[in-house]
Amino acid sequence: MKSLAELEAIRQKTLEKVAMRKEGSDEIRVVVGMATCGIAAGARPVMLKFVEEVRTRNLNNVTVAQTGCIGMCRMEPMVDVIVPGKEKVTYVKVTPEMVSRIVAEHIVNGRVVTEYTIGAAEGK
Amino acid sequence: MRDLSMHVLDIVQNSIKAGAKLIVVSFVRNAEGILTFTVKDDGCGMSPEFLARVTDPFTTTRTTRRVGLGIPMLKQSAEAAGGAFSLESEVGKGTVISASFDLRNIDCIPMGELCDSLFTLVLLNPDTPEFVFTAQSPEAEAKFDTRIVRQTLGGISLNEPDVSAWIKESINEELKPILEVLP
Repeated sequence: MKSLAELEAIRQKTLEKVAMRKEGSDEIRVVVGMATCGIAAGARPVMLKFVEEVRTRNLNNVTVAQTGCIGMCRMEPMVDVIVPGKEKVTYVKVTPEMVSRIVAEHIVNGRVVTEYTIGAAEGK
Repeated sequence: MRDLSMHVLDIVQNSIKAGAKLIVVSFVRNAEGILTFTVKDDGCGMSPEFLARVTDPFTTTRTTRRVGLGIPMLKQSAEAAGGAFSLESEVGKGTVISASFDLRNIDCIPMGELCDSLFTLVLLNPDTPEFVFTAQSPEAEAKFDTRIVRQTLGGISLNEPDVSAWIKESINEELKPILEVLP
């Protein structure tokens, strides 16, 4: 395995970060569908892109998680963005290219990217 | 499934659902160009009756609908290109699922980004189970073990951004050189 000394240094740094982090209520959740249908439709690169964006932008209040199949397989990859106190927003047929915009506009600036949402897709 | 890396994500999900504490994912390539992908878990296992039916797409443990495609599709991907598929399971002990691929067969599915799938498994399951990933070729072998990472971290989550970045690099550095030479 890669150098564990390096990991130990990361541990020290992370301990400080965790101590500074504000507790819970402003936590934004990004939930990616990762069942057989989601995976086959390309959910993995989408999820990895979210994780990468969260890290590069240093978004301490965002967690990326997975869920199973919710029965709309033709819309996969699907991503829910859950901001506390606001209605859940569901993005459909998400690609890694769309992720940067969702992070910048919705997660950072609070403006839903309406054209990528399930409402826009169903209305077509 | 477009490539093996997607099967990897999907099949390991079964082990997680089965309540496994330790999941060993291995890739072994022999000198004849046969790659064997194996997932071994210590989950709840399957009864002989369920095991006999599990490669049927109309078998699933889900209650929301009556189809389960993960295992049948892996079997199909392997057998469509001259590979073999095997599944052993015992209630209370765990399950071993294995599929082999003849890399020289023109119908063999692409391997895809295997390391991305392995990293994704750790990222999405940071607390439990533990994972061991191994890659082996006639020339080399490598291993990644979340238990060692967890020991070093002493209570810090494996999905902290800086930690997961280290895990990604570690998997890529160790396993990719072996898995990458696959066609």
